[in-house]
Amino acid sequence: MSTSAAPGAAGTAGDGCGAPAGGTALTAATDAGSQAVVQGHVTQNGSPVPVGYARLLNSGGDFVAEVPLGEDGGFRFFAAPGSWTLRVLAPGGVRAEHAVSADIGKVTELEVAV
Amino acid sequence: MSRSDVLVDAEWVEAHGNDPGVVLVEVDEDTSAYSKGHIRGAVKIDWKKDLQDPVRRDFVDRAGFGALLSERGISNDDTVILYGGNNNWFAAYAYWYFRLYGHTAVKLLDGGRKKWELESRELVTDVPQRAATSYTAKEQDSSIRAFRDEAIAAIGKLNLVDVRSPDEFAGRLLAPAHLPQEQAQRGGHIPTAKNVPWSKAAQEDGSFKSDDALRALYGDEAGLDFGKDTIAYCRIGERSAHTWFVLHELLGQANVKNYDGSWTEYGSLVGVPIEIGDGK
Repeated sequence: MSTSAAPGAAGTAGDGCGAPAGGTALTAATDAGSQAVVQGHVTQNGSPVPVGYARLLNSGGDFVAEVPLGEDGGFRFFAAPGSWTLRVLAPGGVRAEHAVSADIGKVTELEVAV
Repeated sequence: MSRSDVLVDAEWVEAHGNDPGVVLVEVDEDTSAYSKGHIRGAVKIDWKKDLQDPVRRDFVDRAGFGALLSERGISNDDTVILYGGNNNWFAAYAYWYFRLYGHTAVKLLDGGRKKWELESRELVTDVPQRAATSYTAKEQDSSIRAFRDEAIAAIGKLNLVDVRSPDEFAGRLLAPAHLPQEQAQRGGHIPTAKNVPWSKAAQEDGSFKSDDALRALYGDEAGLDFGKDTIAYCRIGERSAHTWFVLHELLGQANVKNYDGSWTEYGSLVGVPIEIGDGK
């Protein structure tokens, strides 16, 4: 399978569970290819939240994956098609949750204000 | 083996992290995290560049591991405190490496980098200078590492624990959801494996659940027979190192191996049995 969906965006992921792509967003023009991408940014009062975590939970509420936020508050997941919950954790007890659905070949954008 | 033998908390690290004979080591999935800030005095190990053979699919060998620790200024008699992001995922992998090469004085910072960050504790960018040592690694401890033939022979006989997410277990995804979907040729799991996602062992702040909660998770809920030997696997052997830590180090199970070839090897083998679909 090609990673044309995210050229270079997976950072050092390579053939392992390498660095999550955290901060580097796909551009709007990027084709998601055969991936079901969920990505976005976390902001507080309009400014990026650079320290924090985004977690993806499945429809049963179980944890599936987690990435640290990028310096621009960015996060990205390569999900399976379906319904998911995105949960954000940040210092100071900050929490936020959003429902999101993912589809193959689609980049689903989610902007989260906390 | 009790928790205090293998875990330390943030207060301990703040008080003793820079004591002589103690070395803090950050190991992250996101290998750039260290340069953005780390616990004062911590050195970095890159799970891929430092711990993997650059050519073959295998670990650095005994001499290579010794050379790495020597260069990082870690001695055979130092107490090594490992921590990292994502519930100590890669720190647990490094922990398993240290034990594989015979280093016994090694512990995890419970909760790892995430709990530390969420509690707004100090992170610095100064990189410590540690004098080189001459570290001698021991022979690999084969009692904690499983190879593919052992995984196949374990079908229907030993506990096989697949610690990937339910979607990977079922064959709907081939990699965790924060990575591009590629790797093994086929999706699914090793027949008779129980699916206990590694992350269920951790609380939301990344620290480990209580022993009682862990025993219930693997025993009553998943149906592992604690009287049998166990092989844990995931996709490339790091998430299962985290589960190995839980079963072997926290719960004190005697014979637990990490199958580091994991699904990227098993799911590409010709002719081996594969089961698909959700866990039972």
